[in-house]
Amino acid sequence: MKPAPFAYHRAHSVAEAVALLAELGDEAKILAGGLSLVPMMNFRLARPAALVDVTRIEGLSYLKTEPQDGLRIGALTTHRAVEISRDPDVLAGFGVLPRSARWIGHYPIRSRGTFGGSIAHADPASEWCLLAMLLGAQVVLVGPQRQRTVSAAEFFEGYYSTAASSDEMITELWFPRPEPRAVLTEFAQRQGDFAVVAAAVCADIEDGICASARVVLGGVGPLPVEVNADALSGQPATSDTWQAMGEHAASQVDPPEDTHGSGEFRRRLTATLVSRALAEASQLPGGTR
Amino acid sequence: MTPRDPVTPRDPVTPRHPVTPQAVPFGGRWVGVPVPRKEDRRMLLGRGRFVADLNRPGLLHAAFVRSPHAHARVGTIEVTAALQAPGVETVVTAATLGDPYLLALLERDEFVPTRMPILAGDKVRFVGEPVAVVIADDAYRAEDAIELVEVDWDPLPAVASIEAATAREAPQLHEEARGNCLVDLLMFDDDRLQEILGTAAVTVPATFRSARVAALPLEGRACLAEWDDRDDQLVLHVSTQVPHQVRSGVAQALGLPERQVRVIAPDVGGGFGLKCVVGREEVAVAAAALRLRRPVRWAEDRQENLTAAFHGHEQRYQVRAAFSQDGRILGLDAEIDCDTGAYSAFPFTCAVEPLMASTELPGVYKVPAYRARGRAITTNKAPAAPYRGVSRPQIVLVMERLMEKAAEALGLDPLEVRRINLISPGEFPYTGVNGITYDEGSYRESLDQAEKHVTEQAWQAERDRLRLAGLRAGIGYACFSERTAYGTPTMSQRRMRMTPGYDTAMVRMDPTGEVIVTTGTCGHGQGHETTFAQIVADRLGVHPDQVRLRQGDTDLASYGWGTWGSRSVVIGGGAAGRAAEIVASQLRKVAASLLEASPADVELAEGTARIRGDAGPAIPIPEMARLVHFQAHRLDEDLRYGLEARATFDPPGTFSNACHAAMVVIDPGTGAIRLHKYLVVEDCGVVINPMVVDGQVRGGVTQGVAAALLERLCFDPEGQPVSTTLMDYLAPTAAEMCAVDIVHLQTPSQFGETGAKGMGEGGTIGAPAAVLGAINDALSDTDARFDHIPVLPPDISAALNRRDVA
Repeated sequence: MKPAPFAYHRAHSVAEAVALLAELGDEAKILAGGLSLVPMMNFRLARPAALVDVTRIEGLSYLKTEPQDGLRIGALTTHRAVEISRDPDVLAGFGVLPRSARWIGHYPIRSRGTFGGSIAHADPASEWCLLAMLLGAQVVLVGPQRQRTVSAAEFFEGYYSTAASSDEMITELWFPRPEPRAVLTEFAQRQGDFAVVAAAVCADIEDGICASARVVLGGVGPLPVEVNADALSGQPATSDTWQAMGEHAASQVDPPEDTHGSGEFRRRLTATLVSRALAEASQLPGGTR
Repeated sequence: MTPRDPVTPRDPVTPRHPVTPQAVPFGGRWVGVPVPRKEDRRMLLGRGRFVADLNRPGLLHAAFVRSPHAHARVGTIEVTAALQAPGVETVVTAATLGDPYLLALLERDEFVPTRMPILAGDKVRFVGEPVAVVIADDAYRAEDAIELVEVDWDPLPAVASIEAATAREAPQLHEEARGNCLVDLLMFDDDRLQEILGTAAVTVPATFRSARVAALPLEGRACLAEWDDRDDQLVLHVSTQVPHQVRSGVAQALGLPERQVRVIAPDVGGGFGLKCVVGREEVAVAAAALRLRRPVRWAEDRQENLTAAFHGHEQRYQVRAAFSQDGRILGLDAEIDCDTGAYSAFPFTCAVEPLMASTELPGVYKVPAYRARGRAITTNKAPAAPYRGVSRPQIVLVMERLMEKAAEALGLDPLEVRRINLISPGEFPYTGVNGITYDEGSYRESLDQAEKHVTEQAWQAERDRLRLAGLRAGIGYACFSERTAYGTPTMSQRRMRMTPGYDTAMVRMDPTGEVIVTTGTCGHGQGHETTFAQIVADRLGVHPDQVRLRQGDTDLASYGWGTWGSRSVVIGGGAAGRAAEIVASQLRKVAASLLEASPADVELAEGTARIRGDAGPAIPIPEMARLVHFQAHRLDEDLRYGLEARATFDPPGTFSNACHAAMVVIDPGTGAIRLHKYLVVEDCGVVINPMVVDGQVRGGVTQGVAAALLERLCFDPEGQPVSTTLMDYLAPTAAEMCAVDIVHLQTPSQFGETGAKGMGEGGTIGAPAAVLGAINDALSDTDARFDHIPVLPPDISAALNRRDVA
């Protein structure tokens, strides 16, 4: 469990980082919190020839809210910084982010792992990847020539693979639209483990009727999976409705099997978690979207 | 030289903790007192010294080339590229070493001896088996170079389960072991049994299984080997529970006299049985150091630990039990198969699990007719070692489930069925159908106390409340005893070529009145430095801080058997107590001559010798120590020349017992099982240090709960391990545990020098059965019942959804 040889570079600015990435080519990897990359290197499952350490770049750790502009999270913001955010605008429109951070590993992991790193790693059960999908986030990528913005739905391409090219670096996640009634819940056998199944939902409820809702699932395929929740439109906001949606969501997925459970087990978890997340979301204050 | 007051702090860096002596039956001034552990300070400050902390000038590092196949013939091993890699000193294979091996032997006709090669030569039998070792100047470079060793593998069909290994035409692991059976023991065979099973009011048939688990010590295996020219000796620092057996194993494998091998265990970060056998890696590193005449170190990483270290506890019980209408057990028939993996571990052999299981299955219950056959089945998986509890977690689970099943079939209270069958007060010493004599215990009382506690703490009301809230909740119990401190009188019945049991201690007082104790036991987290000091301090009338335990060094201690099997405080502590008693009598004689009194009237206490009941002059013990060493001429000849003694203790073994109660809560929506409440009523005889005992109980319970709810090593049908990281092999954390209430009963052992019984394994032994009982209680309104561990959320989810469909 010792990594294969690699070269180490430290970048002090985004421009320096992407220049290094361009120069080093496909074999280079960005090192941020290192919580996924370094174990994979120790198992020699990942063998980057070079690492570009971006942790000393200043100014990439922030949560910013602006009227009509939603929330912007710097790529080097730690999970812990999101978890303890008390900014009233963050809590009002994007409270699901701080509330969900507790599902991420343990305290030492949250105090070191970064938001951008989690998105770049693209684990299909990752809390931030699910919420990026649910909330329609935009991934801000900087390359040597230009900056571009890719929607989360287009960014995630498969297990640990994304639309970022090898010379691009994520600098920011932009959540353009508040979603006050959003909830993420998940199941793992132990506190802090990767989710066997995770469900992120949001619902627009007015006068006891569900106007619209979205459901994104993790752990059921190679990507965060959005299932069709159109059936919820116009339904009464009751536990029967949420249970029915749970079953409906489960019927739309064909999850893989591994040591933590069969596909059928994951399907049953999906039904339970979606139903519970919707019920929890319906109890949240609505606010303005 | 000024005598010191033994109860005044003398070192500002290590202040004595305020400790209140208390009156304990059979205790002394220090026995029974929760003395803080001497070990804690250095451990908490990161100043412990483990193998990987040891450094040497010119130190080399070892990395093993391991098999990626569960079963394969080994062709040529091409090492040229590796030898040319930066920093590589040498690459060693079986051929370069001359095919050394370890051979664990049982002197029984039913046993098939099989060799465990130090490095596999012609054939590998599990994924992770070492075939070569690279020695380099840096651990990273060693790992780089193992990728350059090219092995010509010829894969063979593999067997990865008891069923596959015992199937007709199954691939054979060892030519000499037909049917992949390494030992087949028909231990008991009562010819009345078939009739009893055929005519009883109720006959319960059942199959029980427990998964393969890893012991998972915080520190993996590790060793540092070096040749010492001055002492003409190979010195091995090893993370081990059994320094003398490592010495014997290394000497046997490498053809050295034992005096030419010195094994030292520094601080050891847990063992749980994984380190009470000899690892081939330790021998290979020793062999490399011997060839190179340079120090070589190896520290196992977690992936090696989960893949290639020793495993345990993978067992299957096919049982039939007969009960009378009133719940009395009439007969028991058990076919017990233990998946021992690819090799028989040295020195215990593969028979350790089947022998324990078939001999001790009846446990605390009076079984009048018994048949038991125990087999060790070899499979293409890492070999098994005697992991904490050794078959007792399984046999307790089997017996407790049988009691519950009988109660269910007969419409009786499962606790009443237990009571009617328990060996009861007035029946001790009780000799069972298995030929075992159980010394006095509190079997009945511990169950009564547990039930009382559960009732007083309103567990049933809590269960009802949780059920009303839409959850499933259940309560389970486990009654058991465990033989601890097996001495040679008992161990010899197993007929091991190397029969363990006794241990020897030396107690020596230095000229300042401080005490050095050496033992062959080898604590690795149990707090022996503290508890042994308490025992010795009471005998000598000194403070425990004045007693230093030296353990884990084969050049210091007499041949001993290390620390496992809940033996150390009873056997090693007993030997230390005996030796200290001899030194105390030497001190009493010196004091008697100085005070002109009879030695029988001299009392040693609070660091002085005085005449009992006499307020007159007292002689400080350090003053006597000074006199004996520095002014021998002032004493009569028989009092001169040292205050020291050697003593051995070799008891037959003594049964400690307990009753555990567990409450679990199940989320029917996910199948999640949470431990909600836990109670241990335990009796380990005289408690030497209640804080240490409580720590052992809680740690043991956690390990047992994890065996019931979390831990299992998974393999695919081709024998590939699929849980080789701590993401897939789920160890318990504090978040998975609940508070553990502990009630102590103290039935002193008649066989212990101190009245103590062993207690290192009890927590692990009782917990699986109690948790499994609680799970089945939570499902009592369904037809789902579980007879295996671990029970996992998918099992619950599937069972509950089957019921929904029905």
